[in-house]
Amino acid sequence: MLDDKDRIFTNLYGLHDPGLEAAKKRGAWNGTAEFMALGDDWIVTQIKESGLRGRGGAGFPTGLKWSFMPKEVGDRPHYLVVNADESEPGTCKDRDLMRHDPHLLIEGCLIASFAMRANACYIYLRGEYIDERIALQKAIDEAYAAGHIGKNACGSGYDFDLYLHHGAGAYICGEETALLESLEGKKGQPRLKPPFPANAGLYGCPTTVNNVESIAVTPTILRRGSGWFSSFGRPGNVGTKVFCISGHVNTPCNVEEEMSIPLKTLIEKHAGGVVGGWDNLKAIIPGGSSVPCLPRDICDTVLMDFDALKEHRSGLGTAAVIVMDQSTDMVRAIMRLAYFYKHESCGQCTPCREGTGWMWRVLTRMCEGKAEMAEIDMLLDVSQEIEGHTICALGDAAAWPVQGLIRHFRHEIEDKITSYRADKSVHAVAAE
Amino acid sequence: MSGRHLAKEQPDSFTFSKDGEKKAKYWIAKYPKGKERSAVIPLLWIAQKDNGGWLSEPAMRAVGDRLGMAHIRVLEVATFYTMFKLEPVGEHLIQVCGTTPCMLRGSGDIIKVCKKRIGEKNTISADGKFTWEEVECLGACVNAPMVQISNTAGDAYYEDLNEASMEKLLDDLAAGRKVKHGPQNGRHTSEPLGGAQTLTAKALYDGSRAKPLKKIPNAPKAAAKPKAKKKPAAKPVAKKGAGK
Repeated sequence: MLDDKDRIFTNLYGLHDPGLEAAKKRGAWNGTAEFMALGDDWIVTQIKESGLRGRGGAGFPTGLKWSFMPKEVGDRPHYLVVNADESEPGTCKDRDLMRHDPHLLIEGCLIASFAMRANACYIYLRGEYIDERIALQKAIDEAYAAGHIGKNACGSGYDFDLYLHHGAGAYICGEETALLESLEGKKGQPRLKPPFPANAGLYGCPTTVNNVESIAVTPTILRRGSGWFSSFGRPGNVGTKVFCISGHVNTPCNVEEEMSIPLKTLIEKHAGGVVGGWDNLKAIIPGGSSVPCLPRDICDTVLMDFDALKEHRSGLGTAAVIVMDQSTDMVRAIMRLAYFYKHESCGQCTPCREGTGWMWRVLTRMCEGKAEMAEIDMLLDVSQEIEGHTICALGDAAAWPVQGLIRHFRHEIEDKITSYRADKSVHAVAAE
Repeated sequence: MSGRHLAKEQPDSFTFSKDGEKKAKYWIAKYPKGKERSAVIPLLWIAQKDNGGWLSEPAMRAVGDRLGMAHIRVLEVATFYTMFKLEPVGEHLIQVCGTTPCMLRGSGDIIKVCKKRIGEKNTISADGKFTWEEVECLGACVNAPMVQISNTAGDAYYEDLNEASMEKLLDDLAAGRKVKHGPQNGRHTSEPLGGAQTLTAKALYDGSRAKPLKKIPNAPKAAAKPKAKKKPAAKPVAKKGAGK
C-alpha cells in the first residue's frame, strides 16, 4: 500500500486550502524554474524515464508523446491542450485534481508546454463541471498574479499563457481530435488520423493533447525523480494512480494508490469492501465503462495495471472501478451503458451511429427475455462489426462492454430468454 | 445520437445582458486573432443564461453575429451539445444522472421522486418551478446517485442522494430556502464516508515540502547547482526506449 509521503495529490479530498500559498506549502511550484533551466530535452527525458503512461485511458507513454512534437518552432506555434473533458462513466478523478489541487495541474501545464516549446496551453474542461471551472480559473488567476505563469513565467525567461476553455456536454469531446474540433468552435466530430495532432492539431498547428492527471503528476516526478515514480508498480505499469471506486461498495471513494495493486486489496482497503462481503461480488468493470467487465473469479487475483487487465481481455482505462454485487442485473447494467454510447455517438460513422442504437434496442429486449437465443451471437457479431470500423475509438468503447457481457454472463441472457418463454408457454397452455 | 430540434415557439429577439456582454468579451479574448469562433460554446452558454435557461433561435443568431459565424454553424453547435436546452425550462432544471454507476446506487429512486413531484420528464411543473430530465454520466460517480440543478444561482452538483434527501432538496428549492451543494449525507467530497483513511500524515502539510530542493534528481553534473542561467539543453543520456 502506498504511504502518504508518496502520494502526489495531497489535497485530493479538499480538506485543505486549494489556494496558491497553501499549495506551495504542500510543495507545488517548488523548483519549477530550476527544472526549466535544465532544458526541454532534459524534462522530456525525465518523463520518458519515469515510465509514465497517459492517465486518460489509452496508456500511451507520455514522454514519448511529447517527443513527437517538432524540435523547432516553425511559422506555426505549438500548443498543449489538456483534456479535462472527464466523462467516462465511473470516472471522477480529474474533477478532484482540478478543484482541490489545481496548482499541480497549472505547474504541470507550464512544464509540459515548455518541454514541447509551446507558449500557450488550453485546458478543455467538460461543461457540466461549473464549480470546478470557477475553482480552476481562480487558481489560474492566482498563478498569473504571482508571476508563475504569464510573461517570464517563474522568472525563467519563458512566456507562457494558460487558458481555460469549456465544452457543453458531449462525451465524444474526450476523444482528442473531437476535442480539438470543439475547441475550434465546431461540432465534436473526430478527425481522421493522420495527420496526427503533433503535426496538425489545434488551428492546424503542432499540438499535444494530454489528460489532466498525466500533466498534473509531472512536476512531482521532476521534484522526486523519475526513479522514485517508477519504483511503484510493475515494470511497464509504473507510478501512482488515482482510482475511483464506485458502485456496490460500502464506502465509494477516490484514492491515490500505487499501480499494480491487487483489485481486491484496493476495494477492501479503501472502499470498505463489497456490500455484503467479497463473496457477494458478481462482477467488476475495472477501468471505466468502456472496458469489458470481469467476473468474480478473475477479480479475486487480478492486479490493477495495463498489462494484467489486458491479459484478461479487459483494460485499466481510466482506473474507474465499478463494482456490481449479486443483486445486479448484468444485462440491464450493460444495457444502460449501451444507451449511453447510443446517446453519445457523434453520428459521423455509420457502424457506430446505427450500431450503438441497434445494440441498445436488442439489449433492451434481452432485459425482458424477449429475444431469440440466436440473437446473442448476432449481437456479438454486430459488436465486432462496429469495433475497429470507425474513425475514433467510441465504436470500440461501445462494443467492448457488450462483448464482456456475452463472454462472462451469457448465461444470464439465456436464463432471461428461457424464463420469458417458460412464462409464455404456461399462458399459451392456459389459453387453450 | 440524441435527436434535438428547436422549439416551435420562438421569441422575436435576444440581446445579451450587460454582464453577458462583458463575459462574452472576456471569452473572445482567450483565442488568437481570427479564431474567435472558438468562443462559440462559451457564448452560447452565456446566451442561455441570459435567456432564462434555454437557447432561442434569435439567441443563436446573436452569437453568430457576435463571432462573425454563419448562423447555420452556430445552430449545428447548439443542437450537437446537450447542455444547450432548446425548449424553455422551469426555474430549477434538475438533471438526474442515470448512467450505470448512478443506476447501481439508486438513481431509479431519484427519478421516481422527480416523476412524483414534478411530472413527466422535459415538462415544466404546473407552478413553473421545476423541469427534470435524465442525463448521461455527470462525472461524480463515487458520490452516486447525484443530480445537477441549474437555476439563477448557478449549476451545482447535489450528491450522495436518496429518496428522502431528494424530497427534502425539492422542498427546500420550492420554498426558496438555501440548499447545501455537494454530498447530502455528511461527506466532505470524495473521501470515504466516515472520514479520509489516507492523507492523514501531518508532515504533508507542515511546510517541509516547500523548502528549496537540495538537489534536483537526475540533473546533469555540470548543471547540478540550481539557478544556472538557461544553458543549452544538457544532452540526455538515454534518448530512446526509456519510456518503454
